[in-house]
Amino acid sequence: MKATLPLKLRDVCVRRRGKTLIGPIDLSLDAGDLTIVLGPNGAGKTTLMRAMHGLQRLSSGSINYAVPTVAARDAQAFVSQHPIMMRRSLRDNLIYPLKLRGTSRDEATVMAEDWAARIELTHALSQAAPNLSGGEKQKVALARALITKPELVFLDEPCANLDGHATRDIETMLLAERDVGRTLVMSTHDLGQARRLATRVIFMLKGRVHETGTADSFFSTPKTAEAVAFLKGDIV
Amino acid sequence: MYDIWDGIKSALYLLVTLDRDLIEITLRSLQVTLMAVAIGSAIGLPLGAWLAIRRFRYRRVAIAVLNAFMGLPPVVVGLIVYLLLSRSGPFGVFGLLFTPTAMIIAQVIIITPLIASIAHQAIRELWAEYHDLLISLNTSKGQRIRTLIWDGRRPLITASLAGFGRGIGEVGAIMIVGGNIDHATRVLTTAIALETGKGDFALALGLGFVLIFLSLFVNFATHALGRTERGRFW
Amino acid sequence: MIRKLFIAATAAAILPLDAVAETMRMAVTTSFHNSGLSDILLPEIKADTGLDVQLLVVGTGQALRLGEAGDVDAILVHSRKAEEAFLEAGFGTHRREIMYNDFIIVGPEGDPAGLAGAENITDAMTKMASAEVAFVSRGDDSGTHKKELSLWSGANLDAADFGDWYNAVGAGMGAALNTASGMGGHIMSDRASWLNFGNKAGLAILFEGDPVLFNQYAFIPVNPEKHDHVKNDLALKLEDWLVSDAAKTLINDYKINGETLFTFNATK
Repeated sequence: MKATLPLKLRDVCVRRRGKTLIGPIDLSLDAGDLTIVLGPNGAGKTTLMRAMHGLQRLSSGSINYAVPTVAARDAQAFVSQHPIMMRRSLRDNLIYPLKLRGTSRDEATVMAEDWAARIELTHALSQAAPNLSGGEKQKVALARALITKPELVFLDEPCANLDGHATRDIETMLLAERDVGRTLVMSTHDLGQARRLATRVIFMLKGRVHETGTADSFFSTPKTAEAVAFLKGDIV
Repeated sequence: MYDIWDGIKSALYLLVTLDRDLIEITLRSLQVTLMAVAIGSAIGLPLGAWLAIRRFRYRRVAIAVLNAFMGLPPVVVGLIVYLLLSRSGPFGVFGLLFTPTAMIIAQVIIITPLIASIAHQAIRELWAEYHDLLISLNTSKGQRIRTLIWDGRRPLITASLAGFGRGIGEVGAIMIVGGNIDHATRVLTTAIALETGKGDFALALGLGFVLIFLSLFVNFATHALGRTERGRFW
Repeated sequence: MIRKLFIAATAAAILPLDAVAETMRMAVTTSFHNSGLSDILLPEIKADTGLDVQLLVVGTGQALRLGEAGDVDAILVHSRKAEEAFLEAGFGTHRREIMYNDFIIVGPEGDPAGLAGAENITDAMTKMASAEVAFVSRGDDSGTHKKELSLWSGANLDAADFGDWYNAVGAGMGAALNTASGMGGHIMSDRASWLNFGNKAGLAILFEGDPVLFNQYAFIPVNPEKHDHVKNDLALKLEDWLVSDAAKTLINDYKINGETLFTFNATK
């Protein structure tokens, strides 16, 4: 796989019906981090994540990978807050992205069963994915994102609708991925989760990147008054 | 008053003894409507899917026209097909009027908009659901369409079944273009109209039972498809 | 599932849709078909001549239109004026009289208008109009309908002026008889349709026998000069059979409940 990072955003703006949702944003993402996009509700976290992955058209500005965008997209995956389950069995949901990349069915099946074991859903392999529980669906969505071994994974509030157990399972998986050097970008408004996972932080406010830095420095010595207020729980 | 029980009894007798006329008429009905459903699905399903996925300038107009065609009164369709296929009409040279082919043509016109409309709705819903995933996975157009059609197969089959239901019970158009000729173009509905006209309710009721059975079959099949959609295993 | 449907449909399409024998189309009136005589004649025609005659059972009006458009090869109807107009316009080659039956007035068994005492059909029509008893008219421009209208005008009455008691249903003979039976009304029917009708409930023949009520059937081949695809040779073959002795015997011997329906009167 070609290295698609670093990812550079230059003057990125997204507007809808005359209203600016995000931007202008200048940003650079490097390989090997678990970057948390932090910020209160409505700060533009989801829009930024979708824009970086190419699900959201830019109104102006540009996003550049180290390789042409089309090639870069194959090395990425996206997990959204509401997991999209295909109307297929759990097994076939995991196989689908592999088949798109030309993996043989036998090989894909082996990998799917491997991943099902990792998310502890081996017993549900043949079940209809849309009828799984919310936590199970999100684990399947995450496994489906990781099964192609992408270089870069975006996760948009993956735990927003989940209970404590499912959240912990997913955090464990993400930590394991972080430790093998996969680049992860995850948005959340859960400070506790951010502290547990982040190596870097992007703090967003009102559609703009307000502050960036390593996790250690952001949480111990935030530079802006708004970041201090957010960490204290005054901005939600 | 005519004794309904007598009618039902003789109708059941015809059914149990597999009356030759009854079988022949039923088979012809199936032959005409299945063919119309096959053609209507071959046109309507891809058309519906295409309208759901492709963005183009007159898409809204196209969908509005499609829905308007769904409301076409069958008897008017019959009249127009009749005039077109009549020997003195523009397609008269083919000599198709009063043949099963003419009936298939009329039914295709009646059921294709219905099939396309239901397919459009189903694929549009599925596309809205899958949109982010399929874009994210960098799928090609062909891969998207194949995925949507495969994963939407249940609602698509439901669309075809709805077309079958409408076609098999239709009488106005096929009476006009088929002419209800014995052993040539007589089908369930036209035969019922004829036998009722003769005051001979036994065969009419017997044919009616077959028709009701076919309608029930369509409904059960649709229902069963819906159930598998919600089931734990597929 | 879809594949199975396709296979079934394809198989259905490959099966012969049309008979392969010599096939011709003839438009006939509902009254003729409802008599049941066609069920007797068609197999005999097939056996004697090899002709597969497909019947389009319609009203006289539509039968004539089918002939004009060339959608049938011959017509067998019973409305002399309309037939002559058809010939004059050049749509048919000639008119051949085959047989006749007769019309009757059917009504509730109680005979509320007192038709039993009518001297002739004119008197009977007048009695019904003055008593304003429920009457069902075909109202479909068929030969039978035209005949009924001529009976009213024969009694110096105009059906257009009638009140609510006069019901033009715009339907075939059987459907109109069903309506009359349902409302306990009067109706003019051909004898054959009446005898073959299964739902007589409370109705009976109230008036019959006036020669004015005789109903002549004629056979007209469609003119091949107007439509060159018309199977004129088959139409002539059928005509030869219809005026033959075999046809004569079958027609004259055709009975329902012991009653003769048709009288063969073709001339050689």
